[in-house]
Amino acid sequence: MTLAIEASSKDKRQGGVLDSVFEALCALSATTLLAALVGVIIALLIGGWPAFHKFGLGFFVTSEWDPVTEMFGAAGPIVGTLVTSVLALAMALPVAFGVAVFLVEFCPSVARRPIGVAVELLAGIPSIVYGMWGLFVLAPWFALHVQLPLMLAVPTDSWWAGLIFGVPNGANILTASVILAIMILPFIAAVLRDLLETVPAPVRESAYGLGATTVEVIWSVSLPYVRRSAIGAVMLGLGRALGETMAVTFIIGNSHAFPKSLFDSGSTIASTIANEFNEATGAMHTSALIALGLVLFLITFVVLAAARALLGPAKAV
Amino acid sequence: MASNLLIARRKIGNSIFVVFCWVGAAIALTFLALILASLVTKGLGGMDLKIFTMDTPAPGSPGGLRNAILGSIMMCALAMVLAVIVGVLAGTWLAEFAGESLYGKVVRFVNDVLLSAPSILIGLFVYTILVRPFHGFSGIAGAVALALLAVPVVTRTTEDVMKLQPAALREAGVALGSPLASTIRRILWRASSTGILTGGLLAFARISGETAPLLFTALNNQFFSWNMTKPTANLPTVIFNYALSAYDDWQRLAWAGAALIAFAVLFVNIIARTLARESRRP
Repeated sequence: MTLAIEASSKDKRQGGVLDSVFEALCALSATTLLAALVGVIIALLIGGWPAFHKFGLGFFVTSEWDPVTEMFGAAGPIVGTLVTSVLALAMALPVAFGVAVFLVEFCPSVARRPIGVAVELLAGIPSIVYGMWGLFVLAPWFALHVQLPLMLAVPTDSWWAGLIFGVPNGANILTASVILAIMILPFIAAVLRDLLETVPAPVRESAYGLGATTVEVIWSVSLPYVRRSAIGAVMLGLGRALGETMAVTFIIGNSHAFPKSLFDSGSTIASTIANEFNEATGAMHTSALIALGLVLFLITFVVLAAARALLGPAKAV
Repeated sequence: MASNLLIARRKIGNSIFVVFCWVGAAIALTFLALILASLVTKGLGGMDLKIFTMDTPAPGSPGGLRNAILGSIMMCALAMVLAVIVGVLAGTWLAEFAGESLYGKVVRFVNDVLLSAPSILIGLFVYTILVRPFHGFSGIAGAVALALLAVPVVTRTTEDVMKLQPAALREAGVALGSPLASTIRRILWRASSTGILTGGLLAFARISGETAPLLFTALNNQFFSWNMTKPTANLPTVIFNYALSAYDDWQRLAWAGAALIAFAVLFVNIIARTLARESRRP
């Protein structure tokens, strides 16, 4: 009897120790995540400090990027990042909204699953594949069938000749935005569809029962129901576009100058880092690139944090 | 009369909206079809057995992608081992121990941010902590960068799946006298295994095509090598370099590599989805 009690209390003690070891391991792993994010910030701060220190505010407002004279102004890539992402969002959002509503309201039920899966698969294709497709398929087509005809048709000196000025090779701000739009479209569409599906059927049905048309139900009932999360989903898509590297690097033309028109070549923060980091000529060049990385981090962090706060505990990935 | 007009206007508005939605879906599917078509004609068309038996060539000579395929598999495998260990434990902590504590909320938020953080910044970070101090690019650094991208996905799915397990399962285990740690390992993890596997597959699909973080961690290597402490060849970097080159045969290899990755990712994604559906079935 005594023995049995001793044995069981020993078990218990061992169990207690194991329990706390296990919990500590789990907590340690969770802390690794926090450490990684803090580490990213610290690494970027330390690496970028020399550039911030030397150029100060000029780093953000000048666009001379010259590794030879070690003059680095990042206005070009920063503006390029913002312009391509916003353009991409402007193009992707209406289409993604259409896809989501189509899947929830109009799609024949036989096709609903396959089309839904196809959209999700489109979201899973690696970005480098989008980049290659953009470089070899979209850019030549765009140059030949959109850019050249437009440039020939537009009278010189008119205000919109300036807007489409550029080398007609298809590698420019606009095509980069199109590729980005294609990339974030399925992502936004999938999240929006999931959100629209959470609207309770009785709510929608009562609106239909009052005689509302589909567009009225979507616009005045379903969308307001999921408004917060929907804005979150859109910002998540914007976050993706801001940080996307490979798809853009292939097709934006990679020039550091301030982009002058939609058809001008440009660069984004991510594409600049991807292109130059390994060939950086000196310590200041490397530092300027890391400083760019920090700028990108801050922009995406704000967007993502806002997105997460709006999305709440809803579905992610 | 006026109400008739109003009804007509609403009907027309609705028809325009319906058309708009159909067109949207058509646009999305068209792009998917166009991209798949390019991959099939340019990628599968240029594929032959040499892709798997020969290494990356100099321009003009015959070659394949053997070294890059091996490097990619090694790095993804190591990354997934790291990511599953850390991710499952972290997810378990969030689901079982963190509750509504402040630290739990912070970690959850950090994980969500990492989930969509630009991958190139992860590459810069790993370059700073693993490449520069040790004076050399390595496959291990590449694997760590990939692991950092995979961990948030595994953590998130693990937490979600474990939270779905009924409390009765935990209570039953503990009532039988099993310590909480064994209850979690033997009962909860087993019950959640399909979900965790799905998360792992999704994470794998995400990292296997990642290029940006590998550019300055694993770099590249022309030769066949099992050594991960040196620069390691990998498919995404080879695709990037070859696609931007001026040589036809390099571009053909880049397309073949892109098709290889894309179809592998699609395949893994489909398996993950099928598994997820199976597990939801009662």
